[in-house]
Amino acid sequence: MKIEFVLNGKEVSAETDPRRSLLRVLREDFCLTGTKEGCGKGECGACTVLLDGEPVNSCIIPAGQAAGKTVLTIEGLSRGNRLHPIQAAFIEEGAVQCGFCIPGMVLSAKSLLDKQNDPSIKDIKKAISGNICRCTGYTKIIQAVKKAAGKLAGKKR
Amino acid sequence: MEIVGKSLPRKDALDKVTGRARFIDDYTRKDLLHASTVRSPKPHIRIISVDKKEALSLPGVFGVYTHKDIPGDNRVPFVFQDYPFLAEKDALFAGQPIALVAADSRERAQEAASKVKIKYEELPALFDPLEALKPESRKIYGKDNIFRSYRIRKGNINKGFDEADVIVGRTYTTNYQVHGYLEPQGMLAEPGNEGSVVVYGSMQCPFYVLDAVAAVLGIPQSRVRIVQATTGGAFGGKEDVPSIVAGHAALLAYLTKRPVKLIYSREEDFQSMSKRHPGWVNIRYGARRDGKITACQVKYVLDGGAFSTLSPIVLWRGTVHSAGPYDIPNVFVDSYAVATHKVPSGAYRGFGQPQVSFANESLIDELASELGMDPLDLRLKNAVKTGSSTITGQTVGESCGLTEVMTKVAKKGFWKKSWSQPEKKKGTVRRGIGMASSIYGVALGAEGQFLEKSTAHVQIYKDGSVTVAVGNTEMGQGAKTVLSQIASEALGINFEKVDVIESDTTRIPDSGPTVASRTTVMCGNAILDGCRILRERIDPVARELLGIRFREKMKTSQGFFVSEKNPKKKIAVEEVIKKCYSRRVPMSVQGFFRVEGTTFDRETGLGDAYFAYTFSTMLAEVEVNTGTGEVTVLRLVSGHDIGKVVNPQLAEGQIQGGAVQGLGYGLLENLVMEKGIILNPNFTGYIMPTSMDVPDEIEPVIAEYGCKVGPYGAKGLGEPPLICAAPALANAIFNATGIRVRDLPVIPEKIVLEELRKK
Repeated sequence: MKIEFVLNGKEVSAETDPRRSLLRVLREDFCLTGTKEGCGKGECGACTVLLDGEPVNSCIIPAGQAAGKTVLTIEGLSRGNRLHPIQAAFIEEGAVQCGFCIPGMVLSAKSLLDKQNDPSIKDIKKAISGNICRCTGYTKIIQAVKKAAGKLAGKKR
Repeated sequence: MEIVGKSLPRKDALDKVTGRARFIDDYTRKDLLHASTVRSPKPHIRIISVDKKEALSLPGVFGVYTHKDIPGDNRVPFVFQDYPFLAEKDALFAGQPIALVAADSRERAQEAASKVKIKYEELPALFDPLEALKPESRKIYGKDNIFRSYRIRKGNINKGFDEADVIVGRTYTTNYQVHGYLEPQGMLAEPGNEGSVVVYGSMQCPFYVLDAVAAVLGIPQSRVRIVQATTGGAFGGKEDVPSIVAGHAALLAYLTKRPVKLIYSREEDFQSMSKRHPGWVNIRYGARRDGKITACQVKYVLDGGAFSTLSPIVLWRGTVHSAGPYDIPNVFVDSYAVATHKVPSGAYRGFGQPQVSFANESLIDELASELGMDPLDLRLKNAVKTGSSTITGQTVGESCGLTEVMTKVAKKGFWKKSWSQPEKKKGTVRRGIGMASSIYGVALGAEGQFLEKSTAHVQIYKDGSVTVAVGNTEMGQGAKTVLSQIASEALGINFEKVDVIESDTTRIPDSGPTVASRTTVMCGNAILDGCRILRERIDPVARELLGIRFREKMKTSQGFFVSEKNPKKKIAVEEVIKKCYSRRVPMSVQGFFRVEGTTFDRETGLGDAYFAYTFSTMLAEVEVNTGTGEVTVLRLVSGHDIGKVVNPQLAEGQIQGGAVQGLGYGLLENLVMEKGIILNPNFTGYIMPTSMDVPDEIEPVIAEYGCKVGPYGAKGLGEPPLICAAPALANAIFNATGIRVRDLPVIPEKIVLEELRKK
């Protein structure tokens, strides 16, 4: 079946069984390997992408569900060498260790900051609660999201 | 110092935030085959036959292979060689590999694996290590089911207890802990020219993997090339067991003559890979009325599972830390690593210490209750200081900041204000505060001294940029960044121009394993040695170009050689390097570092066990709902004397991450095993901490008691942050409720049961 959707700002189509996971289609058909598989069961959040702006576990979303929607992966976040403020904040705050959870974590944070200018620590914790990180203990990730919120709000003003 | 001590950004962060970092499952090849593993369905079986027919008849299936297809040695080269790559006659745990399948897709490989029919006879199995120790029990390993035992006989234990006014003794038990690295195990192997093989994968110790691949294929090590892919967390779980995964992948590549990728599913990873050993600790402290501890007796049993893997040395580290960070004149320890019909336990951050630490740090609090003392005061009274004697009778050296760490952590956590006797607390929801401390021997110590060396290649290029090659790996902890800082500082070349190259065994020297919080110290020193040799060659050229004499002081600053007397006299490092090249000065060297002088007497358990120690204290404040048993962690303060801090931000990251893994170990992570089968092999059933389970901030405290052996005075940090968390939390729960849970993890059910028992 042909599935058409907008991927990282470009209209694309995939010829695939619509029941295949969106994760597999992104990684195998589009070679977008920035999206990771940590459990394959929607438990860890490493495969998080934004579907019409909402974070989803792409490992359990059938590719067919993306038809007619927009999908944002980590590869679509930075423009060339210009990092998104969330990515920059993750580097500055030391929020990255092994990095396997980071693409999903960054996208969950983006979904939050697209909706909320000045999230509280509680809001941030809630927004990333579906993304397991085994390395950092979350402190520096939370600080990075907070910092990125400040940067983004500054830009909008 | 300009570079060491600064929070410089991680070398690998940009690749990781953009999704460009390539982990093993991101590698592919045009003619790639995918592999799957056929495993023992039961904890103890005699294999009668392996029927491949149905599996082979499926489309896309390339082959099914058993131990009979192994051209080399079927024994994985661990400490002892008891673990086969593929089971032969018997399988000793549920999940043990029996056969391998190669097919043209992952799904087809998995389907074929499920169609391989193992005909077997089920045999009786042993699951309890205490049962396995009994003389009449069936034998899994050797004559007594003991992989290794240790003893410590310090002072006179009877005299020590005679001198005590109070004696407290308890048994503490701990469950498994699963590493939960977010990236599952995986390897990609491909045949090379002239009978060689290349293996890419997720790992901590490329040279362990090299040993395994050469062994299983029966080819010289010089024809094996191991390349570490970006590794998505390890924590000990990718220390030894990747040898098995790589051995399997390499075997399939060898047999099929095609590249083969083997990626574990999360469930398979849970079922078959190593974990933290369940521990059983019986411990007694004797103390005088004033709190001075006079004696400590410990019996420590580790459940090693079906094969020895790293159990012998996990047991050793646990044994020589089992009395806590205290100066105790009389100590008597017996310890055993025991075989059972369960998945082999192995290395996990802390390496045998968290189990005993939970026991001794809980018991210290129980002793404090018995003596009517504040647990902080009891700890301070007995804490080791410079000149104290450790459990093995080693004199503690200059670098010992335990008292300062305890005091600072207590102050930051408002201990004196917050701590009060639990009996005074009322209501369903109660708050409590607890602490725990530890001593941690840095690096492998006396029982691992034959591996305790490190080599580094340092090369300066014509443009003044630098590569450093070491055998130790980046697995998220920040090694590449920290080691670059050390080289940058030593050479006077800007941090941006120094890189640690990827771990490829044909390009890096063997520096020993990336374990035991040893990388900063061991590789750091080897790098310093190499940089020293280079500076001896470069500096005279720099002086000449600056026009300053041999005795005149010269320093490096911001990429320049500068005269100290006349700072206007300066020259860019690049200019000097260019000159060195034109004069044919050799610009690449090998640095080396070896530790001498650690000792351990297996009869008495005494000796200078480690060349340095890290000292830690954690404070936890909790809120406990005694009705539901729910625990909310309000505050964690985690303090460490790690000598000179090379990169404060990375150090904080280790401290915070370790605290949360320890929180999981203490409160949440409950692997359920029934008759050798794991019932919750997934993140829904096995709960690791999420952002909702942690306090808003985990407050790091760092004390820098410089260590002479360490590079710029640094010690090790990777493991200590995890160790104190579980006992600190258990002590805080006791402080809130008067409920003492002596079995990890302290899940709500246990608190509620104890509360009901009280009523």
